[in-house]
Amino acid sequence: MLQRLTIAERQLALAISIAIILAGLLMAAAGSGDPMGPHGAIVMFAGAIVFLAVLRVIQDPEPLENRAENYYDDPTRVGLLISLGWAVIGMGMGVWVAAQLAWPDLRFDAAWSSFGRIRPVHTSGVIFGFGGNALIATSFHVMQRTSRARLAGHVAPWFVLLGFNLFCVIAASGYLMGVTQSKEYAEPEWYADLWLVVVWVIYFVLYIRTLARRNEPHIYVANWYYLAFILVVAVLHIVNNLAVPASFAGAKSYSAFAGVQDAMTQWWYGHNAVAFFLTAGFLGMLYYFLPKRAERPIYSYRLSILSFWGITFFYIWAGSHHLHYTALPQWVQTLGMTFSVMLLVPSWASAGNALMTLNGAWHKVRDDATLRFMMVAAVFYGLSTFEGSFMAVRAVNSLSHYTDWTVGHVHAGAMGWVALITFGSIYAVVPTLWQRETMYSWKLVEWHFWLALAGTVIYVFAMWNSGITQGLMWRTYTESGTLTYSFTDTLVAMHPYYVARAAGGALFLAGAILAAINVYLTIRNVPQKRTEGDYPTPSEATEPAVPVAE
Amino acid sequence: MFRKILSPFARMFEFQARTHYRAERHSMALTIGIILAAGVGGFVEIAPLFTIDETVEAAPDMRLYTPLEQAGRDIYIREGCYACHSQMIRTLQDEVDRYGPYSLAVESQYDHPMLWGSKRTGPDLARVGEKFSDEWQVQHLINPRAVVPESVMPQYAFLLENELDVESLPARLHALRRVGVPYTEDQIDNAAIDARGQARPETEAADGVFQRFGDDTNVRFFDGRRDRVTEMDALVAYLQILGGLTDLPSQTRSLEGD
Repeated sequence: MLQRLTIAERQLALAISIAIILAGLLMAAAGSGDPMGPHGAIVMFAGAIVFLAVLRVIQDPEPLENRAENYYDDPTRVGLLISLGWAVIGMGMGVWVAAQLAWPDLRFDAAWSSFGRIRPVHTSGVIFGFGGNALIATSFHVMQRTSRARLAGHVAPWFVLLGFNLFCVIAASGYLMGVTQSKEYAEPEWYADLWLVVVWVIYFVLYIRTLARRNEPHIYVANWYYLAFILVVAVLHIVNNLAVPASFAGAKSYSAFAGVQDAMTQWWYGHNAVAFFLTAGFLGMLYYFLPKRAERPIYSYRLSILSFWGITFFYIWAGSHHLHYTALPQWVQTLGMTFSVMLLVPSWASAGNALMTLNGAWHKVRDDATLRFMMVAAVFYGLSTFEGSFMAVRAVNSLSHYTDWTVGHVHAGAMGWVALITFGSIYAVVPTLWQRETMYSWKLVEWHFWLALAGTVIYVFAMWNSGITQGLMWRTYTESGTLTYSFTDTLVAMHPYYVARAAGGALFLAGAILAAINVYLTIRNVPQKRTEGDYPTPSEATEPAVPVAE
Repeated sequence: MFRKILSPFARMFEFQARTHYRAERHSMALTIGIILAAGVGGFVEIAPLFTIDETVEAAPDMRLYTPLEQAGRDIYIREGCYACHSQMIRTLQDEVDRYGPYSLAVESQYDHPMLWGSKRTGPDLARVGEKFSDEWQVQHLINPRAVVPESVMPQYAFLLENELDVESLPARLHALRRVGVPYTEDQIDNAAIDARGQARPETEAADGVFQRFGDDTNVRFFDGRRDRVTEMDALVAYLQILGGLTDLPSQTRSLEGD
């Protein structure tokens, strides 16, 4: 795999890995006695693995391949496998934290295994580990195909992919040691955040440079979304994580913002992590893999435009709906609610556009579980965006906020939309990437589909029930005007739902494990078959230079 | 008539579609467009919060966390307590009846970061300070189900065994001052001594705490242990000050009642 790099590229990779080892050494030395020390060791270890891997092939001859004739898919393949690994880890952690709420002694009394420490391992594991790697890997795939051009660079994609995973590992291991900023979905401390900025800048440059090589006058809709994902996540990440470290020899830092300003900044970030990480990026996936798999063109170009700019413009305003009835000034709450409701228009435009694309291909949805993953993902996208707009209304939010309803809503989106579109895309892209005839077993894909769907439905129904029950119990008064239920009364009422939720999560996890097995067996056992036309082609070769519409 | 109402929107959208059709041939046009479109909302909602004076109330009696309480707050963050406990009582009758006067912005004025939370697997803690005795808090943290049988909270018995790291406190307070918490030079320099002193009543060090942080400061054997200052001391000291940094919320409420 690394032999495909030129000798100069291998030398560059070697130099970068040495720099990383030195950075790790510095961290380990400066941060001894602090969690930063172990993190330094992890960084050194990561650098050393890359160093040794490159060193093994450094003497090998230059590659003979003509690069312009092929796409560069090695980072995509590795990224997809890592993504599946994180899926199993992150969802496994999810089942464990869910079980701890039903049976609190399941933590075995270690300091690192309490709910508060492993919950972010679950959230970061699935959002960044599983989702993030899938986004990076599929973006490499999609931008090359839709631009009909090879990736602009061979070290940069590896740097982005492996650098991002180093960030994920530092994050997850840090939570277990108690390293957290407490900012939801932005828990990693300052040095991890700085590293992610470096990775992200390289990612953006790589993306733009590849687009600049495109053999196609227009940039395809999937790339708009990937671009929005990369750009806006960078802005959100940098602003939300502004902080002053207590010491450069330790992990602890203090946020630049306090109180109400911090609350608004955190939810501006938090909600737009949903928007630009969990929505825009995955819409990029949807817009490429769904029409491709259905072999139908996107239903409407205009709906795509409407929904893209609607999502980009409206979503940013919506964060303050997480702060209804709090000490945040009411004018901001009202803005957040208004834009959240308006957001339904572009969201449903996207979901509708995806479903209408399937017109003429519904028999394929019936027969092909891979396409069905994508179809159901679009349905869940429509459902959870409706639910989100609904919950952003102040009166509804007074009931739903602080309860499991929110958790259920997030999981309707995360499991039903994000994970299903990702698994659908993985099943669609794995045979292409490894040049196999098909997946190893379509039955396993079917099994996975029904496990995932059942798991999601059980999970979401359990959380609807527990959330609404608890919200209502909190606000029930006796006839004499006192509160009817103590907090522990409501907690007891939650128990059956917490058991059901853990069971739903376990089904979903089982599906993810089947996916990992199926992908592994596909790579090992399915005979090779080259996908037709899957190589860069100049525009003139396939269509007239000027689009007919002009 | 319907058509007439919609026609300006249709024209606007027509314009947008045409503009986009041209823009999507230039990656930089898309880049700039995305940044502009996504920049507006955040700017309009966040920037004024720093400039409009009414955003945060004035509370002249607002006090700072002592070094021990700040250390406890850092432990609260480290253990992820915020994942299950909010510190924000909303302006809803049942919340005020259950937890006390609704939270004001000024109460988290010096909270870097804020810990308003987003989920109540356990109850809100914004006003938990002094609701329970130190002894209750310690027993509850050691084994929540010994005190509240239905609880699903994890056990934190190890806090009682971990000696508190006080040496890093001056650096921590210094960093907090750099982000806007008005600690004095004196408070920062003596942070380590004060942290120990607050958990050791009737010592010279304890007097220093009163001197630097006021006579109302809680100085107690929070964890019940007299031999050393533990992480349990810090966490309980923090929990006991929650809701006690200023009297303004209870005054606000009585004013409204009048």
